[in-house]
Amino acid sequence: MNLTTIKNKQTSKTPSFNNVKAKGEPYVWLTAMGLGVGLLMVVLLLGVIAINGISVFWPKKLVEITLTEQSDMKINGSNKIAGHISKKQIRKNGKKEWQLYVGNKDVYGFSFKFVDKDKIVSVERPKNIMSIERLEYGDAIGVPLWLKVKNVGEFAAGTKEFDRRLKTLIKGSHQLWAHIKQIEKKEIGKINRQMQSLALKKKVIGSKKEFDLVEKDKLFALDNKIELLQRDYQILAQQAQDLRVKVNEHTLGYRLVTGEEKVLPIGHIIHTVYPNKLNVWQQTKLFFYDIWHFLADDPREANTEGGVFPAIFGTFVMTVLMSMAVTPFGVLAAIYLREYAKQGLFVRCVRISVNNLAGVPSIVFGVFGLGFFIYFVGGTLDQIFFKSSLPTPTFGTGGIFWASLTLALMTVPVVIVSTEEALAAVSQGSREGSLACGASKWQTIQRVILPASAPGILTGLILAMARGAGEVAPLMLVGVVKLAPSLPLDSVAPFVHLDRKFMHLGFHIYDLGFQSPDSEAAKPMVFATTFLLIVLVVLLNLAAIIIRERLRRRYATSAF
Amino acid sequence: MFLLLDEKKTNTKRDTGQSMTIEVEKRVSTNKQELNKPFIQFKDFNFFYGAKQALFDVNLNIPEKKVTALIGPSGCGKSTLLRSVNRMNDLVDVATHTGDILVKEQSLFDPMLEVISLRKRIGMVFQKSNPFPKSIYENVIYSLRVAGCNKKSILDEAVETSLKASALWDEVKDRLHESALGLSGGQMQRLCIARAIANKPEILLMDEPCSALDPIATAKIEELIFELKNEFSIVIVTHNMQQAARVSDLTGFFLLGKLIEFGRTETLFTNPNEKETQDYITGRFG
Repeated sequence: MNLTTIKNKQTSKTPSFNNVKAKGEPYVWLTAMGLGVGLLMVVLLLGVIAINGISVFWPKKLVEITLTEQSDMKINGSNKIAGHISKKQIRKNGKKEWQLYVGNKDVYGFSFKFVDKDKIVSVERPKNIMSIERLEYGDAIGVPLWLKVKNVGEFAAGTKEFDRRLKTLIKGSHQLWAHIKQIEKKEIGKINRQMQSLALKKKVIGSKKEFDLVEKDKLFALDNKIELLQRDYQILAQQAQDLRVKVNEHTLGYRLVTGEEKVLPIGHIIHTVYPNKLNVWQQTKLFFYDIWHFLADDPREANTEGGVFPAIFGTFVMTVLMSMAVTPFGVLAAIYLREYAKQGLFVRCVRISVNNLAGVPSIVFGVFGLGFFIYFVGGTLDQIFFKSSLPTPTFGTGGIFWASLTLALMTVPVVIVSTEEALAAVSQGSREGSLACGASKWQTIQRVILPASAPGILTGLILAMARGAGEVAPLMLVGVVKLAPSLPLDSVAPFVHLDRKFMHLGFHIYDLGFQSPDSEAAKPMVFATTFLLIVLVVLLNLAAIIIRERLRRRYATSAF
Repeated sequence: MFLLLDEKKTNTKRDTGQSMTIEVEKRVSTNKQELNKPFIQFKDFNFFYGAKQALFDVNLNIPEKKVTALIGPSGCGKSTLLRSVNRMNDLVDVATHTGDILVKEQSLFDPMLEVISLRKRIGMVFQKSNPFPKSIYENVIYSLRVAGCNKKSILDEAVETSLKASALWDEVKDRLHESALGLSGGQMQRLCIARAIANKPEILLMDEPCSALDPIATAKIEELIFELKNEFSIVIVTHNMQQAARVSDLTGFFLLGKLIEFGRTETLFTNPNEKETQDYITGRFG
């Protein structure tokens, strides 16, 4: 055998470099597809919500449409329609149609109108058309005619004087409204609370069968006090009433494009704007003005107008309360499971049960919260501490405290699991090092293990918060309401009112989208609120992530 | 080769186990000049991980203020022995033992003895440096903190003395309040030594303290051990025979859970009594 044959043999066995074709890795496509689909869904969902949610606030130009005389889409016999185009679509029969937001619900009885595109004669954008945001019936869209100022006179529209006067009058009415609110909510509210507590005292004394002289005196004094308060109340109520009259004494006249003329008291106007006169800068200003009022105002008109501040606040307070409840609870449980409990069958069973708890439908937690927290714990608390105010429940009814506890219960498995993982990731070396220094087990946990696992624990808390803040179903049973009269935190002692019912963004979305009488009108609010809820959850998470990153930098050994 | 030796040894040991230990004790007692009295005393100490026996009838007297090295191949039980002294093995669920360990004639397994107070008297340095995720300062005074000492003057002094004793003071004195995790490997190990001696223990246990370090860091630690033996009784477990020869006064050789030979380091390395010791130190196995 000579050298060449040997060489040949070798080449036949080992693949030569020339013959090997580079192969791709096919599964990279499969796995990438999985990620791609997920990513696409997230981007689409967030995109739709963000675009729709934000565009709600961008001021829209108004159009005045003239229809053909034969059109059957006339309103009140007029062939003119004004409003902003909210949708352009093609019907099944191939005809193009536009959806217009026409406003003026008080006159027309509806606020949206479909028109066929081929019935449109002309589309104009008149400069003098005005959009008036009102306290009731949504927006009015029309051409302003005059302004009647009491004791001063009448001003015709179209002049600088008119616009200036209108602006100051609206500003004045806002101040008056704030004053009325101050009187009605703060001062009258204070008197009401005092009267309530006096009435309770009276009830306690009155429930006895016989009273002695001292008690009679007391009753008499109470009656006197109540009478005094009653008198104060009358004065304040009269003040409020006077203000209400005053706020409505000036009026604005305007004509709809369909011909009707209307008179609107200034006190009913929130804001007026000539949308077709706005330049981009003014539009931007208005855009942020709208966003601010959406965030900071109370809702109006069955929540379909106005802002969502109470819902934001309720969601925030509930999430914070939930985190405060779930963190110690979950972390302590995880510490016991991982550090103290003897690992065995029982602990494994507990661990599996905890994991399964995460899969229980949230409404079940709601039912449990209602049955256990509200009826049992709350009812018992009422029996013991608030007996005098029964049968009106104090804690025996849904409230932010019970809602937070219910959600805490729901999210505790998340915290336990992630805390356990974080604890397990702390190296044996650190534990031994601490014990060898003469630390007790608890000192080791407290000084070495917990700080090192804090980032992992926070990860669990982030997940819990994200789940808790977005949950709606259980809340409907344990304290969320469509409209809460007061916030769970305010300036009235004891400042934190854990027994109060509250509003929640998630429930607000459900309520607007599916429970409101005019779901088309509520649609922008649904998008805006959804977007806001997402932003709120992202912000809460972001805060937690920033804290976690700081901790991570401090405790760089942690495996997370 | 190893297996063969293994078998042979178990055979011989079975017959001579008892006489062996007596011999060892005799040898120890002949070294009276350096062993005024036994400080840590192992008496017929057997140790089991579940059903597996890790130490067999260890009888060993470790003297005060000397460096005692324990050498032997991996898995011979030297670390187990070391970790028994501060009862670190309590952490192992399935661990059991028979026999006794006495420190200053007091049993470590006395039910009245609190293990925490025991560990306060015995410092330990681990194979892998394990500084806590805290500042250098807090790391050093950890044992004082857990003992409830919060007086700043005492803590400051303890930090300075221990860091000086562990030859780290000059390198870190300007950044005491920075994270200990920013130190180099050798510095971290010296920090762990500082931490172990901060509470002024009587015994310092070192479990292969240099195995993860480069030669320069190792040299520094060895120098340190030399310094520290004036104050502490040091027991060091090492894989590195040269290291044992360099730093220790006494050396014990372990094989398969048994103490084969114990004596003065020079004697053991130059003129060992046992064939296994001879084989091991000349590098024939292990």
